[in-house]
Amino acid sequence: MEHVDGIDKGKVVLYALSTCGWCKKTKNLLNELGVAYEVEFVDKLAGEAREACIKEVAKWNERTSFPTLVIRDEICIVGFKEEEIKEALGV
Amino acid sequence: MSDIPPEKIETTFKKLDADAEKFGYHLSPDTDFVKELIEGLLINEETYGYWACPCRLADGDKADDLDIVCPCDYRDADLNEFGACYCALYVSDEIKRGDAQPEPIPDRRPSYSERKIEKAQIPVQEDEASGAEAPSGLAYPVWRCKVCGYLAARDDPPPVCPICKATKERFERFM
Repeated sequence: MEHVDGIDKGKVVLYALSTCGWCKKTKNLLNELGVAYEVEFVDKLAGEAREACIKEVAKWNERTSFPTLVIRDEICIVGFKEEEIKEALGV
Repeated sequence: MSDIPPEKIETTFKKLDADAEKFGYHLSPDTDFVKELIEGLLINEETYGYWACPCRLADGDKADDLDIVCPCDYRDADLNEFGACYCALYVSDEIKRGDAQPEPIPDRRPSYSERKIEKAQIPVQEDEASGAEAPSGLAYPVWRCKVCGYLAARDDPPPVCPICKATKERFERFM
């Protein structure tokens, strides 16, 4: 998992695919907002790490689609939904 | 982001765009976004050996991922309902003209557990896309392209769909 420095808005975890255009838009939005977050590119993982990560994503989003953004272990936003993401982060 | 040469992305873009327009489809007018998706497709070709959808997590087993090989089995239904396919590589006339924007849409693909159940229910004969007998009253069996719906009445499915370029294994027995 890669850490991106920024303003602390609590735990923010982005599960993404390195090849996905919508995931990239979501990552760019988080960068523009300047919040601190962790990002995991699930397609870059292999074997057990990949399986474990898929299970973790499925806890929040049963379809394990991407991007899945989990904010403060409370809110899960699936897809690049700009307004919902801003609201959940309080920015 | 990758070691895919920009010329390869450009050549693939031109070919996909020409093919799409020729057969009544459109790539998104957001060319930078389209080229990112094409780069993703080419990365997936290197990683998995086929064009797995860049916006879905491929399993790595081609038989299990066949429905998400681009163009995916869900493209046309998503174009009709949402004006764009899941990753928004392909879009409707309206979006192409710039009168609407693609939005994130729900994934029409069944979830992993739903797919496992479906797979268990498919009769074995449907997996064998060759050598089928014609239904009674017809001279030939009829094969349907799962991507675009093209029908072909012949002994075997065509090697490549003449409409959407999906390969033989994407055909199912229709009649």
